[in-house]
Amino acid sequence: MRQYTLRRLFLAVPTVLGVTLIIFIAMRVLPGDPVEAMFSGELGTLTVTDEEKRTLKESLGLHEPLAIQYLSWIRDILKGDFGTSFWRPEPIREVFERRAPITGQMALLSILFSWMIGLPVGIFSAVRRNSLMDYVSRFFVTLFMAIPSFLIGIMIVTVGVIFFTWRPPITIEYFWNDPVHNLQITVIPAIVLGLALGAILARMTRATVLEVFREDYVRTSRAKGLREQTVVWRHVLKNALLPVITVSGLHLASLLGGSVAVEVALGVPGLGRTLIQAMDERDWMLIQNLVLLYAAVFIFVNLAIDLAYAWIDPRIRYE
Amino acid sequence: MRDTTGAQAVLTSATAAVRANRAFDVARRFSVSNPIAAAAAAFIVIVALAGVFADLITPYGPLEVDYDYIWDSPSPGHVFGTDALGRDVLSRIIHGTRVSLRVAVISVAISKLVGLAWGVMSGYLGGRFDLVSQRFLDVLISFPGVILAMLLLVALGTGMMTVIIAIAVTGIAGTTRVIRSVTLSVRETVFVEAARALGASPLRIMIRHVTPQTIAPLLVLVSASLGSAIFAEAALSFLGMGIPPPAPSWGNILGGTLQQSFKPPWWLALFPGMAITFTILALNLFGDGLRDFLDPKLRGRLD
Repeated sequence: MRQYTLRRLFLAVPTVLGVTLIIFIAMRVLPGDPVEAMFSGELGTLTVTDEEKRTLKESLGLHEPLAIQYLSWIRDILKGDFGTSFWRPEPIREVFERRAPITGQMALLSILFSWMIGLPVGIFSAVRRNSLMDYVSRFFVTLFMAIPSFLIGIMIVTVGVIFFTWRPPITIEYFWNDPVHNLQITVIPAIVLGLALGAILARMTRATVLEVFREDYVRTSRAKGLREQTVVWRHVLKNALLPVITVSGLHLASLLGGSVAVEVALGVPGLGRTLIQAMDERDWMLIQNLVLLYAAVFIFVNLAIDLAYAWIDPRIRYE
Repeated sequence: MRDTTGAQAVLTSATAAVRANRAFDVARRFSVSNPIAAAAAAFIVIVALAGVFADLITPYGPLEVDYDYIWDSPSPGHVFGTDALGRDVLSRIIHGTRVSLRVAVISVAISKLVGLAWGVMSGYLGGRFDLVSQRFLDVLISFPGVILAMLLLVALGTGMMTVIIAIAVTGIAGTTRVIRSVTLSVRETVFVEAARALGASPLRIMIRHVTPQTIAPLLVLVSASLGSAIFAEAALSFLGMGIPPPAPSWGNILGGTLQQSFKPPWWLALFPGMAITFTILALNLFGDGLRDFLDPKLRGRLD
């Protein structure tokens, strides 16, 4: 197990480096010069002379060769220094510390929520295969797999404002300070995201449970006269749910991607909205580090799930 | 001379007739075995036709501004209401079909072609090329799709072409993975071995023997990816990073709701939202049916 863990950790290093390279190329090499790119858009009445641009570039270290710029970016990250936002004199680290709890809480809640709906619905659907309830649940599963989550978000805000003159608060409040306010921010996006993920999970659970029902050990346990309930709980679910929960880690990518649009739709004060604002303003240091953060979270969560899975199921380690 | 061309013409028209017959037969068997998927396919065709003939069937032009009817809720004159500039939402949705479907179809075509070539080469050639490709794909797959697309759009600037490229790039890694694994199993088959023994070059084997075996899984991937490409375009345009205004797309019509946050115009959310949802739904249902139809082994596994 230790060898497997080390090997997986070792393999994650080039992946993370590759991610930083792609981000660097996208932000600094493809658009030419970030300062030029930033001022090519609409800036209203703000005009910048070439002289100002030059001093700006020098103060930001943009006159250095690209390789040096890249290395100093990596060095800063390793030191835990994420630089400062271009437009607001605020360390990016503080932006992360303020907003990441909201987005993180939202993501965790939505995963919990998706398990709470997806697993029972999928299990029920598989056990009562081809019953009326199975058809009804499959109908809703298919439907929710097709509705983009941010669309549900827009509809909730629309209905909330029109009928209840209510909209989700847009100021940051943490759970430990003001739970009611905090849950108003995070629960709705979590449900919205969880519905989509829950639909995928329900479908997957149903398929996996049905597959396990065909296994020899299930036939054996039925043949030896175990009660159906025992067969389902002890033999089928135990074997079916683990892979389902593992695979839900893979869907974290779509969750993270989808959460950006959901945050914008619902006005959640999280990292996703910061990302969109940064992209609008071409605040490149903020974009670089934020995209890296999203990718790194995704890589390490999946790594952690893989390791946990290999720990629980030793067959994986030897593949 | 003239005779042979005449005979050839007869022959080609005959084979064409046989082919058409066979295609018709396949379509019939498909619709009998899975009427829901067939209905979904019919719906997709109708949506596509609406996009193609948008100019003929829309009551107004998609860019036709009417300042007397700003933020107008649905009425007999404007069935789906109007937006911030008094443009007819129904007409914009129908014209948006054209944009959204074009983006989806072209980006999926690019990602599947690249993924096909890359996956077959990676799987068949193996070795160092495969090793490097695998690491590179690991990196590509480490970005949440929408976020990678946004990053590329910041780098390349917005526009229809860059949106297509950004969405295509996010689809390449997954396709390559699937095609590579199919190739790995095809590589070991007897007919590939026979071709190699007869002295066929690797290129010929890849094109003539391996690629045809990947078509069925590729088709299934195509229908699933079309749905996610439509979703991606909608999300990007909604966020203001996709199709730039004034051109209508389903996503940027939805984005109009953000401009009026104190009194959100529900018709700007509901109607394009329905267009997006039903199209993705139809593509998913068709994709499921296609998978069952093409791979009988899978039948019953997921239902």
